[in-house]
Amino acid sequence: MRYLPLTQSDRDAMLGVIGVATIDDLFVDVPEAARLDGPIHGLPMHASEMAVERHMTKLARQNLTAGEVPFFLGCGAYKHHVPASVDHLIQRGEFLTAYTPYQPEIAQGTLQMLFEFQTQVARLLGTDVANASMYDGSTACWEAIGMARRITKRGKALLSSGLHPHYVSVAKTMAKFTGDALETSAPTLGPDTDIDALIAAIDSDTSCVVVQYPDILGRIADLKPLADACHAQKALLIAVVTEPVALGAIKSPGEMDADIVVGEGQSLGVGLQFGGPYVGLFGCKEKYVRQMPGRLCGETVDADGRRGFVLTLSTREQHIRREKATSNICTNSGLCALAFSIHMTLLGEAGLRQLATINHAGAVSAAKRLRQVPGVELVTPAFFNEFTLKLPKEARPVVRTLADRGILAGVSLGRLYPGEPKLANGLVVAVTETTSAEDVETLATALQEILA
Amino acid sequence: MSINASGWRPEAPTSSGKPSPTTTGNKALMLEEALIFEIGDLTTTGVDFEAFGASAQENTLAGLERSQPIGLPGLSEPETVRHYTRLSRQNYGIDLGFFPLGSCTMKHNPRLNEKMARLPGFADIHPLQPVDTVQGALGVINELATWLITLTGMYGVAMTPKAGAHGELCGMLCIKAALDARGEGHRKVVLVPESAHGTNPATAAFAGYTVEDIPATAEGRVDTAALLARLGPDVAAVMITNPNTCGLFERDMKVISDAVHAAGGFVYCDGANFNAIVGRVRPGDLGIDAMHINLHKTFSTPHGGGGPGSGPVVLSEALAPFGPLPFTTRMPDGHIALIEEETAGNDHPHTFGRMCAFHGQMGMFTRALTYILSHGADGLRQVAEDAVLNANYILRSLENTLEAPFGGSGPCMHEALFSDNGVADGFSTIDIAKGLIDEGFHPMTMYFPLVVHGAMLIEPTETESKAALDQFILALQSVAERAKAGDVSLKSAPHFAPRSRLDETLAARRPVLVWKDPELAQAAE
Repeated sequence: MRYLPLTQSDRDAMLGVIGVATIDDLFVDVPEAARLDGPIHGLPMHASEMAVERHMTKLARQNLTAGEVPFFLGCGAYKHHVPASVDHLIQRGEFLTAYTPYQPEIAQGTLQMLFEFQTQVARLLGTDVANASMYDGSTACWEAIGMARRITKRGKALLSSGLHPHYVSVAKTMAKFTGDALETSAPTLGPDTDIDALIAAIDSDTSCVVVQYPDILGRIADLKPLADACHAQKALLIAVVTEPVALGAIKSPGEMDADIVVGEGQSLGVGLQFGGPYVGLFGCKEKYVRQMPGRLCGETVDADGRRGFVLTLSTREQHIRREKATSNICTNSGLCALAFSIHMTLLGEAGLRQLATINHAGAVSAAKRLRQVPGVELVTPAFFNEFTLKLPKEARPVVRTLADRGILAGVSLGRLYPGEPKLANGLVVAVTETTSAEDVETLATALQEILA
Repeated sequence: MSINASGWRPEAPTSSGKPSPTTTGNKALMLEEALIFEIGDLTTTGVDFEAFGASAQENTLAGLERSQPIGLPGLSEPETVRHYTRLSRQNYGIDLGFFPLGSCTMKHNPRLNEKMARLPGFADIHPLQPVDTVQGALGVINELATWLITLTGMYGVAMTPKAGAHGELCGMLCIKAALDARGEGHRKVVLVPESAHGTNPATAAFAGYTVEDIPATAEGRVDTAALLARLGPDVAAVMITNPNTCGLFERDMKVISDAVHAAGGFVYCDGANFNAIVGRVRPGDLGIDAMHINLHKTFSTPHGGGGPGSGPVVLSEALAPFGPLPFTTRMPDGHIALIEEETAGNDHPHTFGRMCAFHGQMGMFTRALTYILSHGADGLRQVAEDAVLNANYILRSLENTLEAPFGGSGPCMHEALFSDNGVADGFSTIDIAKGLIDEGFHPMTMYFPLVVHGAMLIEPTETESKAALDQFILALQSVAERAKAGDVSLKSAPHFAPRSRLDETLAARRPVLVWKDPELAQAAE
C-alpha cells in the first residue's frame, strides 16, 4: 500500500492523541447494520505497480489505435498531431495537481492561463468574451440553449438537422427537465444545409436557433442571414463548432453575428481519448456575460498595485446562489483548457492558419480521389476537412470490413442515425494533417475492392 | 520591464523604506511572466509542418475564407516552454505540499495513473470506432463499473456523467423518469439540507424542482424530525450528503431512507465524501437510491486547476433501468457490448437517453481503475480508516486553539470543521487563511458550510503523513494565535506569495475577462 504514509506506530500514537482505543471507535456513528466488517467479496487485494501495469497494458493492447492504421474518423472528435511540449507541460505537478483556484495569490499560474485561454477562445470564436471552459462541446451546447431561455424568456429552440446527433440527444435529455420544446429532424444526404428552412421556422416563441458549423456532414454555409433572421424575431443564434481548426480557414461564427458560440476544443492539445475528457468552449456577446454558465477569470490588481487574476462574477454560481445559480456546474475542464491553450500558443495565428490550410488541402485532395471510386458520390461540395460520401450500399458493414483490413474508414451515418434508412449509405470522412496521401490511396483501393 | 496594473511596462524603481523592487519585477527564482499577448506576435509559430502533397490552389470553402486577422499570438517552442513553466511556478499543487481543502479532497495523484492513461491503446482511440476494435477500453469501463457497484452495494452504475454536479443531474433525471413512469410526475419538491453542497440545490432547481431547505441540528446533522415531518405526496426526493459537509456521519440515514421510501420519494446522496467510508460502509445498505462518486476525490484522478472531473452515479434497483446511454454490458461469450440508442431496443426501454456525446471521461476511468487496482479491496478500506484517523487527529489537535462547533458531536469523518469564533475584532477566517499561505500551506476551505459562522473546513485525506499534519497543526496554531491577539500584519497577508492580497471586488465590479491591447483600449475609452 505504497500510497499510504502512516506507519502502524503513527496510527497508534494518533489514536492516543485522539483518545480512543481502536479505529473502530471512530466509526461509532455508522449504524451497526451498515458496517462492513468482513472482506469485500469479488474484489482482488492490492497489487504492485508492475502487476497493475501488466493488467492495464493487456487491456490497452485489445484496442486498435488511430496511430497504427490509416484513419479517417471525425464527427466531433479529430485526430491531430499534438506537439510533445503540450503533454510535458500539463504534467508539471503545479498544474496537474492543483485544485480550483480558490486562493488566487498562490494560483496565478492557473488563473493567468485561464485568462489567456478566455482571450484565445473569444478571438477564435469571434465573440466578445469566453468562459474558462466547460465539460465538452455537447454539454456546452445544452448550456447555451438554457442561457438563451433565460435571456429571451422563451422556451422553443430550433435545432438544425446538421447538428451532431449526440448533441441533439443531450439537448433532448436536458429538455425533459426544463420543459423546453425542441424542434429538430435528421439531415438529408445532400449538399444543402437547412438554413432557409430554419429562417422560415423562427417565430416569436423561438428562444434560439442552434446550428453547427461546419455541420455533421462537413458542410459549411454563411450564417449571417440566419443571424439576421433570429435577431429580427429577438431570438438568439447559437453556433456550434466541433472542429476549431476550421476557424483558422473560415470566418468565425461571431463574425457572422452569432450571439453565443460553443465548441468542442478537443482538436487542440487534447487528443482522441475515446471521447473524454474533452474541453467545451463557450463564448458570447458581452451583454450576456452575466447569464453565462461556468467559471470566469478576471483581471484585477493586488494590494501592491500589481496586475493579477481571480475567479470572478461568482454571484452567478452555485456556491453563492445555490438554487438561483445560472447553472449547477462546479468543475470545468481546467487541465484540458491548459492543453488547448498551450497548443494554440505554439501554433499562433500563423501556425493555426497553416494547419488549417494543410487540413483543407488534404481533404480536397482526398475527396477528389475517393469520388473516383466507382459508385461513390461526394455529397458535400463545400467543406473544410470533413466530407460525406454516398456509397452504393450501406456504409456500416463497409466500415466493419475495412476495419478488419486495418483501415478505420470514417463514421457511417448508420451508426449515428440508426433509425434513418435514407442516411444508411452515408460515410463521413475526416482528413487532417496526420493523414498521408498513402493512407488515402489505401482507403480508395480497399473501398474499390469491397464495392466491386 | 515589469508587470504592473497596465501590463508589461517599464517601471522605475521607487525608493521607500522597503527594499527597492527589482527592475524586472522578478524576485530571484520567482520570475514574473507577461501575457502571451504581450510577448507573442502573429507571425511566430512554434510548430513545423510537413508539406502535404496536395496544393491548396482549389478550395471548397464557399467563399467563407477568413479575411481578418484572428489575433492569436504565437511563441517559439522554447519561449512556450518557459512561459508555461514560469506560470506553473506561481501555483500551489498537492505535489508541493498539504492542500487541506475540506469537501474538495486533494490527495496524492500517482504518476502510474498518468502513465497508464497515456498508453496509446487508451489515449489514441476514437469514440466512434467499431465496437470490436475497442474491447479493451470497454473492458476498463466495465471493470471500473464492477468495482463501483461492489464497493457501494448498489445495483447499477451510470458511467457517463462528466463531473460530480453532472452526476447529480443524472441521478435527479433517473428519479424524475422513475416517478413519471409510475404516474407521479406531480411530485415537484426536493428537500435539501442546509449543509449540502451548493450544487445540490442548483441541480434540483435546474431539474425543474422546487427546493426546500431542511435545517441542521445544533450538533451539525440533518434535523431528522423536521425532514420526516415535511415528507408527503409532493416530495420527489431528498438530497443529502453523507458523510456530510460538517464532516459528520448522518446516523439517521437508514431511518431517513426508509421514511422517504414509505412516503413514495427517492433518496439522492451526494457521494463527494465517499473516501471516508469506502470499504467500510456500503451506501446501498443505507437505503440510498442514487449517489455520484467524484473519481477525482475518492479515486485520485488529478483535478488540474479545476478539472476535468468525472461523476459516475451508482443506482438502486428501482432507478437503474432509467439510467443514461451509452453503457456497457458483458455478453456470455466475454464480448463487451456497447448499448447505445440503436442497441437499447426492447431490453432497455426506460433509459432517459444521453447526457453527453460519447462515453464519458474515459481518461479518468483509466486513472481511477489504475488507482483502485493498486489499492485493492484491502487498501481501499485502509484509505477510509487513515482518512478518518487523520481528520480526527486534526480535530483533536486544534480544538483547543480554534472553536470546533461540532467537536462534541462525536468523531468526525473525513474532515474537521472549525469556526473563527474567538479571533480579535476585525479579524476573520480570511486572515487566518492568508496567514497560512505565508507559512507555506494552501488554506483550508473558507466560509463553507454556510451553517457555521466563519467556517474553516479541513480535510487531510489518507495520503498525508503524521509529520506533515504536525507541521500544519503547528502553523495553524501559530496563525490562529496571531488572529486572536489581533496581529495587524495578518490583515495584509499574504506577504510572501507571488501576489499580495488580490482585489476581488474590483474584478467583479469592472470585469476584464479578455485581454485588450492597452493602447487600443485607451483609445476606445
